[in-house]
Amino acid sequence: MITGLGAFARLFGAIVARSSVLWRRPRLTAQQVHFIGNHSLLIIGVSGLFVGFVLGLQGYYTLNRYGSEEALGLLVALSLTRELGPVVTALLFAGRAGTSLTAEIGLMKAGEQISAMEVMAVDPVRRVLAPRFWGGVIAMPVLAAVFSMVGIIGGWFVGVMLIGIDPGAFWSQMQGGVDVIKDVLNGVIKSVVFGVVVTLIALYQGWTAQPTPEGVSRATTRTVVNGALAVLGLDFLLTALMFAN
Amino acid sequence: MTPPSTPIVTFDGVSLGYGDFTVLSGIDLQVLPGQVVAMMGGSGSGKTTLLRATTGQLLARSGTVRVFGEDIATLHGEALRKARQRMGVLFQGGALFTDLDVFENVAFPLREHTRISEAQILERVLDKLQAVGLRRAAHLRISEISGGMARRVALARAIVLEPNLILYDEPFAGLDPISLGITAQLIRNMTDQLGCASILITHDVAESFPIADQVYLIGQGRLLAHGTPDDLSASKDDYLQQFLQGRPDGPIGFHYPLTPAFERWLAGRRGAISA
Amino acid sequence: MTRERTDFWVGLFILLGLIALVFLALRAGNMSSFSFAPTYRVAAHFDNVGGLKVRAPIKSSGVVVGRVAAIGFDNKRFQATVDMDLERQYQFPDDTSASILTSGLLGEQYIGLTPGGDDKSLKDGGEIQFTQSAVVLEDLISKFLYNSAEKQGSAPGSPASNPAAPAASAAGKPPGQGAPAAAVVQPGAAAPAAPHAQ
Repeated sequence: MITGLGAFARLFGAIVARSSVLWRRPRLTAQQVHFIGNHSLLIIGVSGLFVGFVLGLQGYYTLNRYGSEEALGLLVALSLTRELGPVVTALLFAGRAGTSLTAEIGLMKAGEQISAMEVMAVDPVRRVLAPRFWGGVIAMPVLAAVFSMVGIIGGWFVGVMLIGIDPGAFWSQMQGGVDVIKDVLNGVIKSVVFGVVVTLIALYQGWTAQPTPEGVSRATTRTVVNGALAVLGLDFLLTALMFAN
Repeated sequence: MTPPSTPIVTFDGVSLGYGDFTVLSGIDLQVLPGQVVAMMGGSGSGKTTLLRATTGQLLARSGTVRVFGEDIATLHGEALRKARQRMGVLFQGGALFTDLDVFENVAFPLREHTRISEAQILERVLDKLQAVGLRRAAHLRISEISGGMARRVALARAIVLEPNLILYDEPFAGLDPISLGITAQLIRNMTDQLGCASILITHDVAESFPIADQVYLIGQGRLLAHGTPDDLSASKDDYLQQFLQGRPDGPIGFHYPLTPAFERWLAGRRGAISA
Repeated sequence: MTRERTDFWVGLFILLGLIALVFLALRAGNMSSFSFAPTYRVAAHFDNVGGLKVRAPIKSSGVVVGRVAAIGFDNKRFQATVDMDLERQYQFPDDTSASILTSGLLGEQYIGLTPGGDDKSLKDGGEIQFTQSAVVLEDLISKFLYNSAEKQGSAPGSPASNPAAPAASAAGKPPGQGAPAAAVVQPGAAAPAAPHAQ
């Protein structure tokens, strides 16, 4: 496991060292943002909406016991921007974008495409891995922000439209309690960190996969499992760092 | 062949292996410009290892591998890149980039290594596709073309930078008779037109002998024979004759050798059946 | 997918992300209440700041006129120091008093400014002389208990005053302040008297 961690760190270093591909061949990265980000929008959007619905419902039931239903907006917004937005998005990302990255890289290796590139004197880390890494890092915060926004709208829909909470109270309590620096920005920072970690894990697993069907299958499983564990572990760490008083 | 010309590839007492395992040793060979050289041997004899040694993907354990007059083990970074740009490699199965179409695959080396304009790229790519007979397939996706066509597209990609050395890894494997004929002809014509050297890694005697200038036969971890196709056909060596004639039995036994592991396994199975 | 189309979709994606961030910042967050107006700094000392936090609002007549910039501890006077940023457009008299109030019953704490009558105004670097500390709930309860014990007269006598006395001394203020029951609701009124005058 220690050697695995070392190899992982080395790959990270190699990818970051070749980040000049961002401004020299921006098209490559843009394409990856499209494949990774745009193609995840649907699942992120729908999930965000439903999470918002549930937060609205559950939040209402609980707050109602203390006569504080009007704080529902605040509850929904804080839950999403601080935690659920970055974390759930990262988990979904690991499952959807992460596995497709792993499988793609693994199969490219199996089909000797990587070898062909090397022999053609094209650096596969620069040409294949770096654009995908930066594509993931750029896409994640966007997806997390969309998730939070859609979730808040979902919570509003359930709270105000369905249950009948006063819309003024819903929004004003939220605005009074959600701090842009402390809550929104920290949520964005979390999602960037998660983006780096999950994308890197996905690329690493694909890069080191055995070039067989079982090998690729095992690699995609590891992407999801390791990615999820890393996200949850880092979330605890970051929450402790950011929200400690 | 033009007599005094510097060999493009030279192997000098080279031995190659992975980890503890030595695949080949004592390999001496030479490839001159304009030559088609066939490296032949049975499955697992180490032919692909030879290819990887030539491209510098595998470094020699001992001996020297010279490509374009330079010891490839001493080349790094920019120099290695330059050397590799002068080589074209045709991988088994093509190794085409599945996310690009036919045109983009062939254009790939041009986009990566040159700064020529889109118009020039278009012209060059279509030209090379024309040479392999697939000019009008430029728009197709890789998933839409057959295995033989993929091989030809890969050849077009390998020659688009007009290299001095082309390496073919099993170019005849799994092709139908017509494609076989086309491929063999293409290899010979390409070499003659471009004046490059071609190394064919293959075990297909029938297709390679008519087009090869030199043949090297490897087996049992070493170089077994080398010479012109006629020399080899006339040789009296048993192993050579078994290989060339495709006889099922000879120095390479038909039956897998007996091992203690097998005897243990058989005893175990018989025991399980009677129990 | 041609290059232009990919670029278009990627651009749209990034735009969507920006919109989401702006939404979160403005609609959900409190950025719209950020004021970038110029401010001047004023300090005040309190015995107890309670749950006051940095960036808590400073209100006068219920309107936000500034924000708490920093909270510190004065080791010589053994009091809390609160630095406040007040918006330049609002000038307050020199004898303004500052109290730490709670919004609602259990809500966030903020500083309320009650203007005095002086001609001179507070300047940048100035200090508010008259302050009223945060109400500590325990003090409130013990005052109430003491007061109701007093009202009972001395009939149940010692047992009633005994629990009241230790509770009262824990309050840290001399219980004999007269009509503490009335003072419970408006502690600010009684306070600017002697104990806090500098």
